[in-house]
Amino acid sequence: MSTPNQLLFQGADWDFHTLQRICDACEQVARDELGLDVYPNQIEVITAEQMLDAYSSVGMPLFYKHWSFGKHFAFQEASYRKGLMGLAYEIVINSSPCISYLMEENTATMQTLVIAHAAFGHNHFFKNNYLFKQWTDADGILDYLEFAKRYVTHCEERHGRLAVEHTLDAAHALMSHGIDRYPGKKSLDLRAEEKRAGRRRAHEESAFNDLWRTVPGTKVKTGAILDVERRRQLLGLPQENLLYFLEKTAPRLRPWQREILRIVRHIAQYFYPQSQTKVMNEGTATYVHYRIMSRLHQQGRLTDGNFLEFLQSHTNVVFQPEFDDPRYSGFNPYALGFAMMQDIERIVTNPEDEDREWFPDIAGKGDAMAVLRDVWANYRDESFISQFMSPHLMRQFRLFHLHDDPEDRSGILVDAIHNERGYRRLRRELARQYDVGFIDPNIEVVDVDLAGDRRLMLRHTVVKGAQLTEADTKRVLQHLADLWSYDVSLSEVDTAGTVLKEYVAHPRSLAAVA
Amino acid sequence: MAIHIVDRRLNPGSKSLENRQRFLRRAKALVQGAVKKSSQERDIKDVLEGGEVSVPIDGMDEPRFRREGGTRDMVLPGNKKFVEGDILPRPNPSGGKGRGAGEGDSEDAFRFVLSRDEFVDLFLDDLELPDLAKRKLAEVESHGIRRAGYSTSGSPANISISRTVSRALARRVALRRPSPEALAALEAELETCDEARRVEVLAEIEVLKAKIKRIPFIDPIDIRYRRFETVPKPVAQAVMFCLMDVSGSMTEHMKDLAKRFYMLLYVFLKRRYRHVEIVFIRHTDRAEEVDEQTFFHGPASGGTLVSSALQAMHEIVQTRFRPADWNIYAAQASDGDNSYSDGEVTGQLLTDKILPACQFFAYLEVGQEHGLSYEMPNSALWTLYEGLRANGAPLSMRKVNERSEIFPVFHDLFQRRGPQERAAP
Repeated sequence: MSTPNQLLFQGADWDFHTLQRICDACEQVARDELGLDVYPNQIEVITAEQMLDAYSSVGMPLFYKHWSFGKHFAFQEASYRKGLMGLAYEIVINSSPCISYLMEENTATMQTLVIAHAAFGHNHFFKNNYLFKQWTDADGILDYLEFAKRYVTHCEERHGRLAVEHTLDAAHALMSHGIDRYPGKKSLDLRAEEKRAGRRRAHEESAFNDLWRTVPGTKVKTGAILDVERRRQLLGLPQENLLYFLEKTAPRLRPWQREILRIVRHIAQYFYPQSQTKVMNEGTATYVHYRIMSRLHQQGRLTDGNFLEFLQSHTNVVFQPEFDDPRYSGFNPYALGFAMMQDIERIVTNPEDEDREWFPDIAGKGDAMAVLRDVWANYRDESFISQFMSPHLMRQFRLFHLHDDPEDRSGILVDAIHNERGYRRLRRELARQYDVGFIDPNIEVVDVDLAGDRRLMLRHTVVKGAQLTEADTKRVLQHLADLWSYDVSLSEVDTAGTVLKEYVAHPRSLAAVA
Repeated sequence: MAIHIVDRRLNPGSKSLENRQRFLRRAKALVQGAVKKSSQERDIKDVLEGGEVSVPIDGMDEPRFRREGGTRDMVLPGNKKFVEGDILPRPNPSGGKGRGAGEGDSEDAFRFVLSRDEFVDLFLDDLELPDLAKRKLAEVESHGIRRAGYSTSGSPANISISRTVSRALARRVALRRPSPEALAALEAELETCDEARRVEVLAEIEVLKAKIKRIPFIDPIDIRYRRFETVPKPVAQAVMFCLMDVSGSMTEHMKDLAKRFYMLLYVFLKRRYRHVEIVFIRHTDRAEEVDEQTFFHGPASGGTLVSSALQAMHEIVQTRFRPADWNIYAAQASDGDNSYSDGEVTGQLLTDKILPACQFFAYLEVGQEHGLSYEMPNSALWTLYEGLRANGAPLSMRKVNERSEIFPVFHDLFQRRGPQERAAP
């Protein structure tokens, strides 16, 4: 263990002892001064090629095989080779132990930055944020992915690569609608999930007896038409988790297809918190690395030169182009998150009158880290912005709100700007941009025609006139019909109940699916 | 708290290799089209080099439910002059649509890099050696020998010393053969010890010596021989004869066409055989073997005697490339001129000497740029070869005028066919 005032490293070179020293130093600051609570860390050094590999399988260290990952890989490799795209300095996985990948090309300063950012910032967020606690099982995810990979390979051997590929294609198309948005009773336990799948297969195999096939069936109940309410209740309708609905009720899916839908659904669910906390997650990690790096520099453990190198890449990371800048492509979650975290620190330690009026609970409380830790644990992007975006920050970003109504021929209306009249509206609109309820189209299964041709009926509730794109929708519905194996219809209904558009898809021949 | 630092750099990369292969398999038709297109634009020398291809994204995208249109609300940073209630004119629909909104912008084509092997595989995927060549390929085999483990019998020359010695050592250890050191120690003790002990030691030495005698240093059961077995070895080398008329009537364009054809043939053979040699024979009214530069660019003039080239090829085959050891391919390019008197000799040479030795003989008649191949009157050589074909000679012949026709013609010659179909004349 090095003494506090000794330099961690000099220059850009590092070796594994340097990394160990860096980790120890970061951990000291993170634990003692910031009060962070993290999963055990595992730091893996990888090459650029391995980083590209990780990119193309959604950042996970192991994943089942599918052509779409190969496509992403080819695409990313091409743009990386051409120099269009830099690689991320790191990838961090929400698992326990928390795995961070570091690129071998990084300089020692960058490794310090990345360790502070990923191994402490993201790690703390993963462990403490309520969404991650509720929806993900950090202990089980790696085992579950291993199981998923094995299971998919097993299916391919048994049922053919094409059949599995069709099922996965269809499941991927519906992935964004394979999420439970409301927590159930039990917390997710992926290890138990894997055991359950194994037990079920074992039971099916042991209970298989060909004789049952020859037993004459019971007489079909006639005339018993379930009334609509009862039917919908039995099927659990309306249901917005399409993959769940198919897994449980699609009449002609094979057991292995149901299991694959389940795998895709679990993985979608695992990523659900990440998409809801981009700003907070990156904001937390950026704030943490900034605090740790500044502290290390203060303690004399980073040279001025290394600290300047850090500041330069930090500034690049938190750069927010303005709306008319050619580089503008929406809000940079790093910039927004970091600015908000710093703003909260300012409000807590050094508030102005305006802040006392807007944030009576936290203004002037003094302990910035306690407030921030509480925020990190209990909010997601939408609630975080609608609670903590301060007028000070809105002025700093010079935010304004545009309302674009295609009906209005004259142009786009500037609805609110960063002034006294506009603050609350701006904040509400910005928070709404991060509301998952508005990001994904609201599509649910409303009914199944059990008495007739078993048609599956879906409804898209159109909000603010945004309808589905036709080409994509047809193809997704085709996948859906293949899985359901009877007709599927989708109607787009606006809030007044008027039907705007109807789609119908017929299943392709079963040979293609099964 | 423990922090684990793991060096993963040594782990094999290319975890995505399988995903990539799946992607290529799925996109095969598209990628193949792209490969052929890009190979037409390339210099034929670089045809093998792999590289970037561009594939239309259609059919390769992954559909999702997406929305568009409707009223939109956006909060943007960087206000400079707007105040509440301002009405901004809409951006031009033509210019602004592409990247303004950041909504579902799809790339209509997507570019990626193929490795050299992937490129060649796709390039030549649906081609194969013609039936004739394959039949010969199966016949022409020689035998080679290959190591195949060890055996307990064999000729003394094949004794594997290391294996034998190590087995002997194992046996000696297992049977506890006394070591020479133990014996030496006892003998040393003999020098110094008293009388009573002396008797004991002598007895011990006797026992050890007897045991050493019983357990030989190397026993016949230790001996192992290197075993070899003979394996049939297909002839893995090919020679490609490029014959070209270089008389004055051949233009640069015609030579270029011929060159492209030769290059394709080379690429194709290279993929099938481990070792491919090329012999360039150019001819006017006499033939000579030349190097590549001279072949394509060296000046020459004179009349035209095709038989001279065939004669030269025959001689080279006789002296350097025995048909039993080599797969022989020949491609002849010419504008079709031949002196009238030479026809019979040429035909004789071809049917009696050249064709029996060759796996494949292609005749490529190159024409003027912008000419139409079906309008070309049949030349002297074409008429001659067509006659030979009609009599059952295994000859392939095609006419080519444009660069873009080279690949289709080549493709046509080597296309994979069903068992019944035969190459059209």
